Amino acid sequence: MVAHLRHITLATTLLTSLALALDGSIGIHDPSTVVQCDGKYYTYGTGGTGLVSDDGWTWSRGAVLPRRGLAPDVIHIGDRYYVYVAANIGAQPKAAVNMIWSKSLDPASPDYKWEEGGVVASSDGIEESNAIDPGIFLDPITGRLWLVYGSYFGFIRQVELDPKTGKRINPNDKPRDLAINCEASDMMYHDGWYYLLATHGSCCRGADSGYNIRVGRSRKVTGPFLDAEGIDMIQGGGKLFIGSESRKIGPGHFGLLDLGNGVQKFSMHWEADLDRGAASVLDIRPLLWRDGWPVAGENMTDGTFELESVRTGTALELAVEGMPVGGRPVRRPRPPEAPRPTGNGSAPAASGGPPAASGGPPAGFGGMFAGTGVPIPAQGVEQVAKNWPAGPIDLRLANYMSQAQQKWTITAMPKAGGYPGSPYFKITVAGTDRALAASTDAELVVVPAFTGAPEQLWRFDQLADGTWRIMPKSLSTSKTPMALSAIGSSFPTLEKFDASSEKQHWLIKAQ
Amino acid sequence: MKMLRTHHLSAMAVFFGFGFLPCQRPASAQAPPTTLTKPVTPQKAPSPDGFIQRWVILEPIAAPGLTQSAVQAEVKKEYFPGQFTMIPRDGDKVSVDGSELTWHAVDTRNYNVNLFHFARSLNKPTSDVLFWAVTTVNMPQEMHDVRLAIGSNAASVWWVNGQEVVDIYGDRQTVIDDGVSRRLTLKKGPNLIRVAVINGGGATDFCARLLDAQDKPLSGYTTTVGSTGK
Repeated sequence: MVAHLRHITLATTLLTSLALALDGSIGIHDPSTVVQCDGKYYTYGTGGTGLVSDDGWTWSRGAVLPRRGLAPDVIHIGDRYYVYVAANIGAQPKAAVNMIWSKSLDPASPDYKWEEGGVVASSDGIEESNAIDPGIFLDPITGRLWLVYGSYFGFIRQVELDPKTGKRINPNDKPRDLAINCEASDMMYHDGWYYLLATHGSCCRGADSGYNIRVGRSRKVTGPFLDAEGIDMIQGGGKLFIGSESRKIGPGHFGLLDLGNGVQKFSMHWEADLDRGAASVLDIRPLLWRDGWPVAGENMTDGTFELESVRTGTALELAVEGMPVGGRPVRRPRPPEAPRPTGNGSAPAASGGPPAASGGPPAGFGGMFAGTGVPIPAQGVEQVAKNWPAGPIDLRLANYMSQAQQKWTITAMPKAGGYPGSPYFKITVAGTDRALAASTDAELVVVPAFTGAPEQLWRFDQLADGTWRIMPKSLSTSKTPMALSAIGSSFPTLEKFDASSEKQHWLIKAQ
Repeated sequence: MKMLRTHHLSAMAVFFGFGFLPCQRPASAQAPPTTLTKPVTPQKAPSPDGFIQRWVILEPIAAPGLTQSAVQAEVKKEYFPGQFTMIPRDGDKVSVDGSELTWHAVDTRNYNVNLFHFARSLNKPTSDVLFWAVTTVNMPQEMHDVRLAIGSNAASVWWVNGQEVVDIYGDRQTVIDDGVSRRLTLKKGPNLIRVAVINGGGATDFCARLLDAQDKPLSGYTTTVGSTGK
């Protein structure tokens, strides 16, 4: 029986985990930065593996690149998609990075035609470099294009490319050394800083891989890149960005996926997803920022939560009359004073009143502040829901008091589509099937039962500050994406998302 | 210890063993309010922050209870004929449970309307009471996606052109834009805003403004009382 229970527990864990990772065919190693083309998402891995997704959640096998190689990277500039892909041209570290480009990544498009762009970086097998694992970065401030590359043999190096052609600006310029003892490097810019991300540790060992992504930053695109301790990455420095987590081992190959409106995510692979037989798989996670450093955020997971407005500090609740947990306060008689210590410090036996540990109020402490002396059980929805209207109920915001109408169960709906990194979720009043829905007038309502309609499916994106954006999948009356918004202390609505406004930032607190 | 700072004078009295104060009717010698004045102009624009500063208010009616169900019962009870439709004028009188109550037009100097000042100046009770207040908003043109944003001490229920649009409950303090209505359409010309504020004890006031589609305070209109925008 014990063994049987263990299997049930394992199955439950697997189901939960599978429901919350990317869906579909996500096996890939060394994925390129996820890019969008004509509404679809694409990534390519070592060996030419291509994955494609309509929504960033469910993936399938896509086209194979015409030039197969190691750890490609992709960037979209103007009307071209440039792919940089490396190949060993002898025993490592003799290697070269080639560029190919196309005006589309969709094989069904008439613009899908790959052109060779030639070698943009190489290593001769003797020098202190291994020219694989390209990472491509377009500086948003200067418009200059940079390639970083390298893998353990010697340095991570940087060369400048021409954004008009994707080719090397001056092949005779000496590459700049940026880091050592790492691979899979990439760069990004944020708020006055340039960041170099690189993968440390061992790859390609399944669940025994020590891969982890580290980061340094510099005020200049050319470095030096120092970690939070001030150690230069060229001396092995690097602040941990993401390491192994729970049943996912060995993150590597960072790629920035900027969705606009202040929502950033990143792509990567896990060397081994233990819930998928330790296969190497793609993942997409939110990118957060804290004290000037990137932080790996979390995708939404199932659970029961308080949904609290950052702006107002008030919590989303069903607009029904609340009942204090444990019932309305009642005044209790003050018990006799506790016995005072005697002169030698020992207390005499109590002469009366309830003992402190018997479940009653502590001796000497009574009246309206004493409580019952025993834990108050959680308020079950069955205790209060009998008074709730049967039909649709309005929403409001109120001070959180752990009441039943303030607790929301969030459940993944993995077959209802998704968005980069996550499926859509339903949001129901805990213990009921009453579901949060967007109304036709872009307001909110709780309907009596979840039907799976798009206006009852919700998207959760963790934002740069760690708070959440919450959006309905769609509105029947508006094509403008709307987000849950607190426009008053006591009133939630749906409004166009503005990342700079706290109105649409929410805290999600587990209950 | 918020309770001791703001409200529940009678509870405080019990707490400190003074016994229950049967009535909080202030002494007639108290100073008159300094925040409310009689209107001297035919119409008034909202404050720079958009707050409506002209109202006609009925002397308080006894009404205990601040919970959602209690407040809904109190405001839905008909105390006088035309309660939900009349446009009162300064000096109008209604009879409630045998007592004659008077409507008073006021302008407030502040963002809020201090009902404690209002009742105290009339030597009326301020605890466990209901205040009715009405104003007319005169719009130069039809306006869509407008929201009524209110705050009140304590509970309140609000109607715009006869439609209940905001309700907040419990023993709460006035917070700007605490309760906000759904998106409304205000017609060109007069639009009636009516509110019932129920107070438990201590201070009592309310504030109200209109927000545009971008949640910015609405301006460019006037308020009047006792008329329809003439």
